[in-house]
Amino acid sequence: MTKEQNKRKKHVFGMVIDLDKCTGCGSCMVACMSENNVPFREDESDKKRSITWMRVYKLTNGKSFPDTEICYLPRPCMHCGGHGDHGHSPCVSVCPVNATRYGYDTGIVSQIYTRCFGCRYCMAACPYHARYFNWWDPKWPGEMEKYLSPNVSPRMRGVVEKCSFCYQRYQAARDKALYEGRDEIEENEYQTACTEACPAGAITFGDLNNPDHMVYKMVQPDPHHTRKPLNPKAFRLLERLETNPKVYYISEREWVRKAGDNYIKGEWEKLNKNHGKSDE
Amino acid sequence: MDSELIPKGAKRCSFPFFATGLAIAGIVLLWGVYAMLLCWFKGLNQTNMNDNYGFALWIWADLAVIALGGGAFFTGLLRYIFGIDELKNIINFAVVIGFICYSSALLILAIDVGQPLRSWFIFWHANVHSMLTEVAFCLSLYFSVLTIEFIPLILENRKINKVPFFHHLGHNMHGIMAVFAATGAFLSFFHQGSLGGVSGVLYGRPFSFRHGLLIWPWTFFLFTWSAAAYGPCFTLLITKITEGITGKKLVKDNVVHLLAKISGWMITSYIIAKIIDTIYWAMVTAPSEGFTMMQFYSNNGFYGIWILFAEIVLGGIVPAAILIKKDWRENSKLLLLAIILAVIGICLNRWVMVLQTMAVPVMSFDTWALYFPSWQEIATTILPVAYGFILIAIAYRYLPVFPQEQELYIEK
Repeated sequence: MTKEQNKRKKHVFGMVIDLDKCTGCGSCMVACMSENNVPFREDESDKKRSITWMRVYKLTNGKSFPDTEICYLPRPCMHCGGHGDHGHSPCVSVCPVNATRYGYDTGIVSQIYTRCFGCRYCMAACPYHARYFNWWDPKWPGEMEKYLSPNVSPRMRGVVEKCSFCYQRYQAARDKALYEGRDEIEENEYQTACTEACPAGAITFGDLNNPDHMVYKMVQPDPHHTRKPLNPKAFRLLERLETNPKVYYISEREWVRKAGDNYIKGEWEKLNKNHGKSDE
Repeated sequence: MDSELIPKGAKRCSFPFFATGLAIAGIVLLWGVYAMLLCWFKGLNQTNMNDNYGFALWIWADLAVIALGGGAFFTGLLRYIFGIDELKNIINFAVVIGFICYSSALLILAIDVGQPLRSWFIFWHANVHSMLTEVAFCLSLYFSVLTIEFIPLILENRKINKVPFFHHLGHNMHGIMAVFAATGAFLSFFHQGSLGGVSGVLYGRPFSFRHGLLIWPWTFFLFTWSAAAYGPCFTLLITKITEGITGKKLVKDNVVHLLAKISGWMITSYIIAKIIDTIYWAMVTAPSEGFTMMQFYSNNGFYGIWILFAEIVLGGIVPAAILIKKDWRENSKLLLLAIILAVIGICLNRWVMVLQTMAVPVMSFDTWALYFPSWQEIATTILPVAYGFILIAIAYRYLPVFPQEQELYIEK
């Protein structure tokens, strides 16, 4: 690595999902599976054994008609920075074989499929259920194998896989920049498949370390407090566990922001300073 | 037909009867081996585990047998380091049980991983931050120590002992056994502890996460302590079962009562620590993450508050009370009740630390995950029981496992 490259600013790639825009159409899930050669089964009804790097959860406010409200929450891997944002993500710190690593130059949590030996400790550690085990050999019916992306290696039976923030796209963008003699990649050069596929424009992707990027402007990550959002309408899932995710959610609805974490009765009202005041 | 191999003067059943017993256990063993081969060749889709239950019956079985096998290191520590001489009459059996438990744990782990052929990666690509790495290193090393501790007993077989080399080797190994006992205790402290750390460090799982000392969560110390406390109860339980099957008294009461008393005081001190840990977790750790204790024990079909009561009261306070009170522990029925409750108690502790940790929803919109193991998981978990039965039967028949057996027979 040259001195010039060393001087390069550290990226912290992250995602912002506007939950008020998400319609729950599932395009992000389809795009993700297609982009990343995610295997599927003939019968996908057992959701605890099917692989969905991006999974859309359906939330309700728990009220009966006519006050019922629905929110769809897309959940990729959170690419946690861990306690203090030092890179000791819940999964990275427990993997006994270093098969999952924290990229200090990108903030992306990787998964090395050929090193993973399938102990599933990382799955036990992840509170977001973002990690999936290959219970079967991956199989694509008929001619479908021809449609697989050559840039992503399919995974073998017995290993864990998860969302990589389409890392192959980052590699391609970096290669292109290098070829063109540029040091940095542009915001639009590296976008995840789910971001591009979302018809409602609910997903935004970029560098949380770059004030010019949209994700930065949307959530205003506080660099002195492990990038907690300064935008009162933004939140991260399970903030109180200090996993420090790089996926942020935005909603105008208070019940949605409250659903992002756990609160003892009456606690939300006292603690919600970071999540915006009541909008009811 | 095998009388030459049987310890001198010892009474054993006829060989056909013995072989029939082994064959019956062998059928169960083969059932387990068949399930194991299915898992290896067809993959872990043979189990009922899923992405919510990545850790399930097998990890519980591992944690449980290692805790139960803790009788080996703790009895060894008491016998060789603290010099409690009476325990020489049960240490052999404790080592045999420990050997069975640890070899079973290693076998189950080999079935449990998705890519068994890559198991060596844990040594080659070791992540020093992972509790599982510590488990793998200490477990394999301690299994080697147990093998070394087992060898002198094998060399004491009547036929083998006639070979001068083996006779002297066994004698010399006995002489340095204190070194191995100390090594075993040291390694056990770390692997028992790191097994506790496996769930204790999961800061994304508020049910099992614990604060602690430096890099070790409190569960690290609780697991080591509980293995030392409850392990001897399992040694005593298997001794009682062996006595029941053979119809003979094999260990004198004073030895049994001494080990039961030590175990009782260890359980007492452990259960006090466990109660303090539970209160701190319920009052401080969990609420700081937005959970009340009762959230972990409600709204599901299985994990009610009964499980905490059963673990701490029925599996902890009750056996501890029986074992520390002289009159009670010397009552054979109460003693048996206490050691059975203790074994259930420690197994329940390991169960909740693995399976309830997986079951509890963490995200507010998530749901409880319940699971029932497949027959392949059950068969491979019963496999070690059949294997243990066979190994104990062979060891009892051909090796002088119980030094007091002859004396007790003559007394009778």
